[in-house]
Amino acid sequence: MIARLGLPRRLDWKGPLIATALSVAILLPLINVAVWAFTEVWRYPAVIPQKFGLRFWGDMLARGDVREAMSTSLSLAAIVTALSVVICLPASYAFARMNFPGRNLFFMSFLTVYAFPKFGLYITIAAIFIGLGLIGNFWGVVLIQLVSTLMFMVWIPVTAFQNVDRRQEEAARDLGASPLRVFWSVTLPQALPAISAAVLLTFVNTFYETEVAWLIGAPEVRTVPLLMIRFINSELVVQYGAILSLAMWVPSFLLLIAARRFLGAQALGRALGA
Amino acid sequence: MATLETRNLGRRFGPTRAVDDVSLAVGDGELLCLLGPSGSGKSTVLRMLGGFEPPSAGAVLIDGDDVTRLAPERRPTGMVFQSHALWTHMNVFANVAFGLKLRRLPRAEVRRRTEAALDMVGLAGFGERRPTQLSGGQQQRVALARSLVLEPKILLLDEPFASLDQHLRERLREEVREIQRRAGITMVFVTHGQDEALALADRIAVMREGRLEQVDRPEVVYRQPRTEFVAGFIGQMNLIDARVEGGRLFAADMALPVALADGPARLALRPEDLGLAAATDESGARVLRVTDFGAHLAIDLETIDGQRLKATAEPDAGWMAGMRVALRPRRFAVYRDGHLCPMPAQRAGDPPVSLQTLVAGQPAATAGQPVWHHHQH
Repeated sequence: MIARLGLPRRLDWKGPLIATALSVAILLPLINVAVWAFTEVWRYPAVIPQKFGLRFWGDMLARGDVREAMSTSLSLAAIVTALSVVICLPASYAFARMNFPGRNLFFMSFLTVYAFPKFGLYITIAAIFIGLGLIGNFWGVVLIQLVSTLMFMVWIPVTAFQNVDRRQEEAARDLGASPLRVFWSVTLPQALPAISAAVLLTFVNTFYETEVAWLIGAPEVRTVPLLMIRFINSELVVQYGAILSLAMWVPSFLLLIAARRFLGAQALGRALGA
Repeated sequence: MATLETRNLGRRFGPTRAVDDVSLAVGDGELLCLLGPSGSGKSTVLRMLGGFEPPSAGAVLIDGDDVTRLAPERRPTGMVFQSHALWTHMNVFANVAFGLKLRRLPRAEVRRRTEAALDMVGLAGFGERRPTQLSGGQQQRVALARSLVLEPKILLLDEPFASLDQHLRERLREEVREIQRRAGITMVFVTHGQDEALALADRIAVMREGRLEQVDRPEVVYRQPRTEFVAGFIGQMNLIDARVEGGRLFAADMALPVALADGPARLALRPEDLGLAAATDESGARVLRVTDFGAHLAIDLETIDGQRLKATAEPDAGWMAGMRVALRPRRFAVYRDGHLCPMPAQRAGDPPVSLQTLVAGQPAATAGQPVWHHHQH
């Protein structure tokens, strides 16, 4: 540190170079999509669209199927996330802190779901759902999406709960707190950043999930990604795809901002394993 | 104001007996140090006192009431952890106020008492800081304040200053002693540092492999260790293999009169009890090294048969490396099978032996019997 301060500062080109390359690779497609969403006319070989406008936004938002898909996707993601919290958080606390017979076996069985090719698993589940009348049913999609959330909502909180210092919990007991109070005042706040990250991931993943929603939900349950597939297949208008992409991006972006504000970027990064 | 007592307390972890048959009585306002090497079970005893570890045998009594099965939150004990265990998601004020808020005290009183507690540990005005913004010593003070603010009858401290540097440790030690005296709290203080125990304790309980070795006042533990382990663990001690033959104990060039049966034994000799005299010939022990500590000289010796010994001498005694010395033990003790040998006082008619005066009046170590002391005030 001291030696570096003493020397004349040499410009390090590698850092900015890598940053630029990454930005181009990541941002360019996004910018392209964003530009397309506000474009009315853009013919080859122009670099900038000939005509900007909000005509296609008007078209899209006026369509009933778009609005319906949007609300389906949002409520699906919200319900799945809420159910997942209710089911998985107590389970992960139990895995992290309690000792019961078959604990490790049970924990591994949660995770082995992800060792199989998922689609094969879903086909099998779909066969069962047909018998139960859950195909093409909103709650059928909720149920199967729940399976996909186990990974985030069990594994991450288990680690988080395990990382809470036992002595901190004991200190609270020592001062007179009941076990429930200890959980509420010490354990949960300590694990909260990681749990929030898990909730965020769960919501975003469910919101964007396509293949299962298609397998179980189609044709009655139409989510935004499914609608996009239909646009691509039947009426290929680039702007429709671009606008839907932007619209889909908004909820997860808002959630991320909220999480950042609530937790601070550092805590969130730590929670996500950085 | 409280007394604490354990009766035949035991704790097994699988096949190992972490704590075995520990019976202790701590008097009202007394400060007892649990002293022992790591793994001796002292922390486990403390955790059983606090209610964090269920005993496998025995009982814990506070003011005569059996609290063995009581949860930590129902015991009138406060615990200070080695790792301080502050809640990092709360600021210092909230940490200290936590216990008061649990008791649903009025907001103004919570504030008043929390600030008083922070003031007591020298952290007035630190309330808004996060624990992570404090130094190790400050964090430990907050932990202390968090326990003290509830005015516990009994305070349990688990090596609270182990992670701090020497100076800070000594200062906090004095502060704890001061607070303890002022508030008259009964304290059990776990440490593996003999200095800490000697400096702090009203009485020291020395533990080894889950069992109590000796419970006594510091000066008694130091002057009259009942077992060879205590002799070697507390303070510096020359422990020398010896044999007894015909009423004399032979060890490292010394021959000391003892009233013991023939056979092997161990001679225990404090450096300050080993007097030195200039040797007239080359037969004495050789001075290897002299370290000047200002108040005294520490002298490393090697006897003719290769035994290394330590002695201390007055700073102006003039000893130097390479000199030959004769050993003049002033006090000593003899151990057999790890226990102190009872030695009767010398009979008056005995010819004076130039080397030593015998240690008289030492109580016999009684093997296997629980050490059972009541503190006298």
